[in-house]
Amino acid sequence: MHKLFKIAGRNLLRYKRRTLLTLGLIVTGVLFVSVFVGVSSSFKTMMIGQITDSFLGHMQIHRKGYLAAIETLPLTMNMKPGAVKKVEAVLKETPEIEAYSLRIKFGGLFSNFVETTNIRLNGVDPEEETKTVPLLLSRIKEREKVLRRGEILVPELLARGMKVKVGDMVVVIATNKDGSVNGKQLKVGGILESATGPGGRDGYVHIEDAMDILRMEDMEISEIAVRVKDFSKLHEVFGALEARFSELTQQGKPIFEVHTWERLSPFYNVARMIDMMTFFIKLMLIAVVLISIMNVMIMAVYERVREIGTMAAIGTLPAKILSLFLVEGFLLGALGAVMGSALSVVIIYAINLAKFTYDFGRQTGLILKTSVGFQDLLVVSGIVIVVAIVASLQPALKASRMDPIQALGYV
Amino acid sequence: MELVTARDLTKTYGTGDTAVAALRGINFSIEKGAFVSFIGPSGSGKTTLLNLVGCLDKPSGGRLVVAGTEVSGFGPRDGARFRGEHIGFIFQSFNLIPVLTAFENVEYPLVMVQDLTPSSRKGRVRELLESVDMLDQQNKFPDKLSGGQKQRVAIARALVTHPELVLADEPTANLDHDTAMAILRLMKKIRDEFQTTFIFSTHDNRIIGEAEFIHRIEDGVLKTNGGSGGPKNA
Repeated sequence: MHKLFKIAGRNLLRYKRRTLLTLGLIVTGVLFVSVFVGVSSSFKTMMIGQITDSFLGHMQIHRKGYLAAIETLPLTMNMKPGAVKKVEAVLKETPEIEAYSLRIKFGGLFSNFVETTNIRLNGVDPEEETKTVPLLLSRIKEREKVLRRGEILVPELLARGMKVKVGDMVVVIATNKDGSVNGKQLKVGGILESATGPGGRDGYVHIEDAMDILRMEDMEISEIAVRVKDFSKLHEVFGALEARFSELTQQGKPIFEVHTWERLSPFYNVARMIDMMTFFIKLMLIAVVLISIMNVMIMAVYERVREIGTMAAIGTLPAKILSLFLVEGFLLGALGAVMGSALSVVIIYAINLAKFTYDFGRQTGLILKTSVGFQDLLVVSGIVIVVAIVASLQPALKASRMDPIQALGYV
Repeated sequence: MELVTARDLTKTYGTGDTAVAALRGINFSIEKGAFVSFIGPSGSGKTTLLNLVGCLDKPSGGRLVVAGTEVSGFGPRDGARFRGEHIGFIFQSFNLIPVLTAFENVEYPLVMVQDLTPSSRKGRVRELLESVDMLDQQNKFPDKLSGGQKQRVAIARALVTHPELVLADEPTANLDHDTAMAILRLMKKIRDEFQTTFIFSTHDNRIIGEAEFIHRIEDGVLKTNGGSGGPKNA
């Protein structure tokens, strides 16, 4: 085997310019794919992080049917204290869960005593909520980043439209599930930067203030946002929770529904589009490697017909001749993959040093933090090496099946 | 002891109206250790005959026994195996592998054909390179060797597997007179040393003069009686 590699390596060095050109193509391909994967996956991770950590949470649990009617924020579909306890019991038994937050979601009227407009509000326990969506408080502009009782966090667009600022008194009026209207005066505790996506323009009040406004005697919860310890294991945890909740039934029908962020945010489609683009970029890499290596190997076979004839004449078995050309293709692919991967790491490091900024939704000046995982590099390199071997197969087969007499007489 | 025996050997290229008979019922035997030359004009069938004896091609008819094995029915794989074990080749254009040094070229059949261990093959390669007086050039690549030196390396490569038979197709055609004679003397010396049978195809008078047995072929027909002791003045 060592000799095969030695001969293959020397044959590649024999046509230096051609080998360098082919390697250059493969390295460029690997570089583009790796950097694209690095940038796009970093952007995707940031985007998902922004959405899940700012307001959505990794998963949400609702009473069955709530999600379908979420536009109207129906208070009649809230979970009763007994049901909430059941959910909490399951969550507490699941070690992969880092935190969860109970939310009362409701729609109401927001008045600055001069004008009135609609508002969607979340009643939350600030401590639990910040454990579950840690970026929430970082969205508070002006003043300290807390949510106290008697205060409201007003979404930025609403604050601007209603001309309210931190410290102003406002009134929130809402209809409870029995149809009676109630209002409560609250102090503007902070202006909340908008986040992209549904729920990104909601206001926040303390959960006890929400209960006051809605005249709730017992806490009835609209949704439970959940944060997992390891985001990469989200689907495993989701599967386990789904299985547990399917056991909790009423008249044979499940009481709860659990969804991951993908089902809750339209940005999942953007994430999927990024994955699709990555897939097509990888296809382009495959095409580049396939065409360049096949071309170079076909030329190698045509240029070495007499040599192949000599090898065959002195008794080299067809399988050995086949291996020789496959090893050449493999070496080209492997070298290109290693060099391309190394260069990608350098380029990605340089991108991070350059600190490029970009805007996402209403968030501006985000720094592009690119990273490419060892696994991604392995996948890209694996694709290149496999394609390189596949591309060499046809020329290698041709060489191994060559008639020695014709090959020896080839001019 | 007969090493090569051909009976009613025929080879026809093409079929129907375009069929060309390259060999027409050839009979001969060659003894082990013989130094035999097949001579004849271009297109007479010399190379075709050598290709058949070397299991590079299949006869259209007749029987051919080499080293005690009937080889006329061999396919490409069987032929390659048989060549690797029993036959060495020397080519007119030397046909050394350009990316291998002289040493590696000689070593090649032991690695790629016979799969010998490094320790057992190194000694054998050195012995052969010494026999052809090329040990001091062992690390040179073919493009740094003269024609005669290349042919010496090719001879060493042909003999390194200890074949019973060496086939040489016009081995001196690309060499000057002195080098050609030196190569012939070397091949004879090796024949004496290793008891290897040498069969040439040639129309080079220098070789004809040195051959111990000569078979003349014309239009695919052997003009001598085919015995291993065929007349030198045929």
